[in-house]
Amino acid sequence: MARSLKKGPYINEKVYRKVEKLNESGSHAPIKTWSRACTIIPEFVGHTFEVHNGKVFIRVFVTEDMVGHRLGEFAPTRAFKQHTVGTKAQRARGL
Amino acid sequence: MPRILGVDIPDNKPIRISLTYIYGVGPHHAKLILEEAGIDGQVRAHTLNEDQLAQIANLIENNYVVEGALRRQIGQNIQRLRDIRSYRGWRHRAGLPVRGQRTKTNARTRKGRKKTVAGKKSIKGVK
Repeated sequence: MARSLKKGPYINEKVYRKVEKLNESGSHAPIKTWSRACTIIPEFVGHTFEVHNGKVFIRVFVTEDMVGHRLGEFAPTRAFKQHTVGTKAQRARGL
Repeated sequence: MPRILGVDIPDNKPIRISLTYIYGVGPHHAKLILEEAGIDGQVRAHTLNEDQLAQIANLIENNYVVEGALRRQIGQNIQRLRDIRSYRGWRHRAGLPVRGQRTKTNARTRKGRKKTVAGKKSIKGVK
C-alpha cells in the first residue's frame, strides 16, 4: 500500500543533511548509509550513495529516473546464484 | 461489422461489452464513454449508425490511451525500471513476481508452466 500523502515522502534527515552539505561544497563524495527506506528526492541526483544491503555497501549513482524510488531498491539484499544443471552422471540417472 | 479505431470489430454483443474488446477499455471506461456519447449501452454494436461510431471513436481517441499507445506506455514504464536497475526492474527481467508475492509455490502466471525438477521431492523427504 502506498504511503499516506499527508505525511509526505520519507526522507532520512541525516542523509538529507549530508547531501545538502555536499551540494553546498559542490562535492560528490559517496555517502554511506543504512537508510534503505529513504526516498530519493531531486536534490540527490548526481550523488553517489553507498547503500547497505545487510552485508556490504552497494554503490548507487543516483540519476534523474530514480527520483521517487527508495535507496534500498537499488541495493539487492539477496544474491541469486543460478540453479545447478547437475553433473552429467546425475542427469543420466534422471536426478 | 463496426470498426472502431482501426482493428477492433466486436459485433453481436451489447455495445458496452463490445467496447471492452479494445485494449485499454474495460467495463468502467466503456460505461463512461457511452454516457458521454449519450448511447444506451444495451443496444447491439451492429445497430449503431456511422455517426454514433464516429462519435465513440472520437471520444476514445481524445480522452484515453488505448491499444498500441498504451502497450508502448506500459513497455516503457517497465523498461525504465530495468534501466535504473531497481529491484522491480530485475524482477521483471527474471520473469518473477514483482510485488513481493511468494515464489516457493504458486507464481505460475509469471513463471510459466511447471518445470519439474527430478529428485526434488525425495531430497525434501530425507530432510
